Amino acid sequence: MVSGMRISIDQGVCIGAGQCALTAPDVFTQDDDGFSELLPGREDGNGSPLVREAARACPVAAISVEDA
Amino acid sequence: MSETVAFPQDRTCPYHPPAAYAPLRETRPLSRVTLFDGRSVWVVTGHAEARALLSDGRLSSDRQNAAFPATTKRFKGLTARRTALLGVDDPEHNTQRRMLIPSFSVKRIAALRPQIQQTVDRLIDGMTAKGAPAELVSAFALPVPSMVICALLGVPYEDHEFFEAKSRQLLRGPELSDVEEARHSLDGYLRDLIGRKRTDPGDGLLDELIAQRLETGQTDVEELVALAVILLIAGHETTANMISLGTFTLLRHPEQLAELRADPSLMSEAVEELMRFLSIADGMLRVATEDIEIGGVTIGADDGVVFSTSVINRDESVFPDPDSLDWHRPTRHHLAFGFGIHQCLGQNLARAEMEIALGSLFARLPGLRLAEEPDRIPFKPGDTIQGMIELPVAW
Repeated sequence: MVSGMRISIDQGVCIGAGQCALTAPDVFTQDDDGFSELLPGREDGNGSPLVREAARACPVAAISVEDA
Repeated sequence: MSETVAFPQDRTCPYHPPAAYAPLRETRPLSRVTLFDGRSVWVVTGHAEARALLSDGRLSSDRQNAAFPATTKRFKGLTARRTALLGVDDPEHNTQRRMLIPSFSVKRIAALRPQIQQTVDRLIDGMTAKGAPAELVSAFALPVPSMVICALLGVPYEDHEFFEAKSRQLLRGPELSDVEEARHSLDGYLRDLIGRKRTDPGDGLLDELIAQRLETGQTDVEELVALAVILLIAGHETTANMISLGTFTLLRHPEQLAELRADPSLMSEAVEELMRFLSIADGMLRVATEDIEIGGVTIGADDGVVFSTSVINRDESVFPDPDSLDWHRPTRHHLAFGFGIHQCLGQNLARAEMEIALGSLFARLPGLRLAEEPDRIPFKPGDTIQGMIELPVAW
């Protein structure tokens, strides 16, 4: 079965580089403090192939992706 | 065993790594280079190892560490004043960076785009009103980021000749005393400006930091001055080099330029590829605080480590055919903005400035060309941020 992903963001580690929001803008955004967060309703990655790219682009490995 | 390569060296072509670095490609992912003072340090040249090491807390950015390597005479012994952000480790670095993160988010920078576009348009208007030829560094490449960072920080642009000259002096010396004098002057200038702003606030980032961090006791004047110096210098000098060298590089690649002109939607990928290809900040430095095993070698405690961005970004295991300028190849994982906790804070501002500046320049001046033989146009020596010293153009 093709299912979604489970994405978690460690805001304690995030440095606000914005690579995630730049790489997968349908899934990631930045809150008012500049830290990475998931767009509402996109917690499962929205089927985006760019989620893993975004996790890899993060300079501080703040994003982890697991198959749900 | 061949001789150790000297680092840094001057480029032979302004957009390719120095020819003398060729042996470093053969010895990926790590080898040894010799610095100007005879010190032998590790050079990181493999992409995966660079990512791992730039994320490794056992490598320190603290320039006051006695074992911290220097790539030029003028930076040796430069410990009189701490360099905020890029010269400090966590937790101090993290506290400083967190004060600034909100102002450089993708959204906040996107909101600045109309203002950047207006700045770019006015400068091109000025060039066309004066008529060709023009010297593009002083007419365009430097004023674009300089005006933008002034507006963002709340620094009066009318002072640009002073801080641009002092920034150049800080980065290029030639002597340690020049570097120290430049830092002292910039510190004094920003300390005065912050003092004036405390009684007569404006609406820039410095004013925000004064109100939200300084007056609340979360930072002090000296830390704010140190941050302001870094933001002001990093905010104009780096992007100015990318605009000048990016323009030169595109003019020397007419096929790629024609494609970009025909389809401006390629511009954001083109900017990433130019960042990779040009790697203007070549030679990020660290010192090991503990032994680190990586890539089959052991970096010992107190060993110096230099990251040759220009060689790392041409690692063919990540970027096939790395010596060609090709934005159809995935280029997003280049390390031109660094990696790890120190990755460029202003990267989204830099991207916006480059996209708008290069896009508008080539759109508005369809006949843009070099006004001098390419090999007679001066570019910067290898011991500083790479870019054109002058760029004579006509259209």
